[in-house]
Amino acid sequence: MTQKQELSPREADPIADPGLPAHLPRPTDVDDVAEKRAERQVATLYGLSTIFTLLFCVSYFVFDVGENPSVILGFGASNVALGLTLGLALLCIGLGTIQWARKLMADTEIVEYRHPGSSSDEDREDTLAVLSQGSEESGIARRPLIRNSLLGAMAALGLPAVIALRDLGPLPGDKLNSTIWTKGMRVVQDVDGSPIRTEDLEIGQLVNAEPGIFFEEEDGEPVIEGKELQVQKAKAAVIVVKMQPDDITPWPGRENWGVDGVLCFSKICTHVGCPISLWEQQTHHLLCPCHQSTFDLADNGKVIFGPAARHLPQLPMTVDDEGYLIARSDFTEAVGPSFWERDNDEPK
Amino acid sequence: MRFTAKFTRRVSGRLSTKRRSRLAAPLVLVLGLLATGGIFAAINPATAETQTADEDLVAKGRALFLVGCASCHGKNGEGITTVKGGQYGPPLVGVGAAAVTFQVGTGRMPLAQPGTQAERKPPVYDDEETEALSAYVASLGPGPAVPDPSEYDVSDATTEDIVRGGEFFRTNCTACHNFAGNGGALPRGRYAPSLKGVSERDMYLAMLTGPQQMPVFSDEVLTPEDKRQIIAYLKKTEETPNYGGFTLGSLGPVTEGLFAWLIGMGTLVGAAVWIAANSTRSKKKGGAA
Repeated sequence: MTQKQELSPREADPIADPGLPAHLPRPTDVDDVAEKRAERQVATLYGLSTIFTLLFCVSYFVFDVGENPSVILGFGASNVALGLTLGLALLCIGLGTIQWARKLMADTEIVEYRHPGSSSDEDREDTLAVLSQGSEESGIARRPLIRNSLLGAMAALGLPAVIALRDLGPLPGDKLNSTIWTKGMRVVQDVDGSPIRTEDLEIGQLVNAEPGIFFEEEDGEPVIEGKELQVQKAKAAVIVVKMQPDDITPWPGRENWGVDGVLCFSKICTHVGCPISLWEQQTHHLLCPCHQSTFDLADNGKVIFGPAARHLPQLPMTVDDEGYLIARSDFTEAVGPSFWERDNDEPK
Repeated sequence: MRFTAKFTRRVSGRLSTKRRSRLAAPLVLVLGLLATGGIFAAINPATAETQTADEDLVAKGRALFLVGCASCHGKNGEGITTVKGGQYGPPLVGVGAAAVTFQVGTGRMPLAQPGTQAERKPPVYDDEETEALSAYVASLGPGPAVPDPSEYDVSDATTEDIVRGGEFFRTNCTACHNFAGNGGALPRGRYAPSLKGVSERDMYLAMLTGPQQMPVFSDEVLTPEDKRQIIAYLKKTEETPNYGGFTLGSLGPVTEGLFAWLIGMGTLVGAAVWIAANSTRSKKKGGAA
């Protein structure tokens, strides 16, 4: 109490501090039998933990994984056994330690008062003296040449950090605004690469499609493959849908972008680029499952709900001599997530 | 032989004298038609019976339709338009037998009450009645027919089929039906139903006809073989045990987050409270304390 008054000198509270309640011992503090029992409990828990750890090692080797895994209750036996045994082993250590702390470790309440944060005046003076002595002896104030060259050297160290920023580049150039679609490229179904005829499509049909070049081969080798294929696919994936031609209200200049109610749109959401093909055939709405952006495909892919800021780019299409769908050109605007410099051909 | 030749010559000679008659041309035409029809009937006697059976089926279907369906779809399946211009029941001309078999066979039709979406429920009509209804609606206009069971039989699907089916499934179906085929939400209270426990036939019919908001996947684009592979993949995933533990509905972050925050965090908070709770105290004066 005396110490407390020294540290926080203030006027006495109108209501006296009742202080801590008197310490009462636990049964384990006063009863030897209870103490022994608690000791056994803790040791048992630690022992159980050891057993579970050993069981973990056993189940690692016992249960089959791979082609024909062992099964417990419809779950993979190996997963269940490894997870349960390791989890229980850790849990038992935790429970044992808590039991130890609660029953056996000393539990007398201790009061620990906060101290002022600043150093004592004496320490401060000492530190200042050391600093000024250092300044004096090094002569940094008297030798501006050294001081300035040191400052220059320190400033120059900023350059590597700036130079390293170059790794963020190179600038994307035209990559964001163009895809692999070109005039006359066939629109083919994803996975099997079969070309699409408009008369094979029915009202309400959806086809997840890709540029035909992804499935073309030259001398038995795919024309595009590997990383390049993935990069191109990420931008060029499209969906082809067929609606009642009367339902479609194309923007000026887009009247001939579809064939008999068949339209082709980018499959990449303009919000953050999720692939979207959640197509409601009766409402013509295309919904992005990531953030619920909704596009009206009968109305030029306009955003009607959600966080997407720009309409879905449409791929101009026509049919070739054999009646298969082909692209009239590349997309007329950038596909995928929006960015500042992006073209936007939405009429005002 | 000689007699036949002689007979033929004599008959044709007598006939040729009549060939300029005014009745000759119509007579030949009638005889020709009779002969064609007679020969066809003689060669293919089953047709006549099948025709009658079909007609019976259509008539039976029409009778059922007038009782169970016509109040919304119109007496001739022409659909009923609401005052606001919407559809009370859409026209059924040209939807084909496949659509009827799907809608009635899965109990979606007849509707229990109008709502956001027709729900799957125990079918009201038995197989025979469904067939009759399908036959009647198919007679209204051409549409996709019910596929032969061999088209969706996946009992002999190879691993290659299943893998390819998985590719088609992930490309075309997962956006709505969830990566595990567990179904998912659509705007305005609609939903894509779970594909677990759906029969092979119904999966095929749904892809073929595009019920409600589901897009159509016509046989010309997504071929019957492709469809069969998708069904094979789904059936395979259905019977595959879940090696990874609890799926929590395979709904992703929604159920997983709920579980982690409510059960996981709840248990931890409870444990922390328990650890810090007062333990039993003794009034006895003792040694250690």
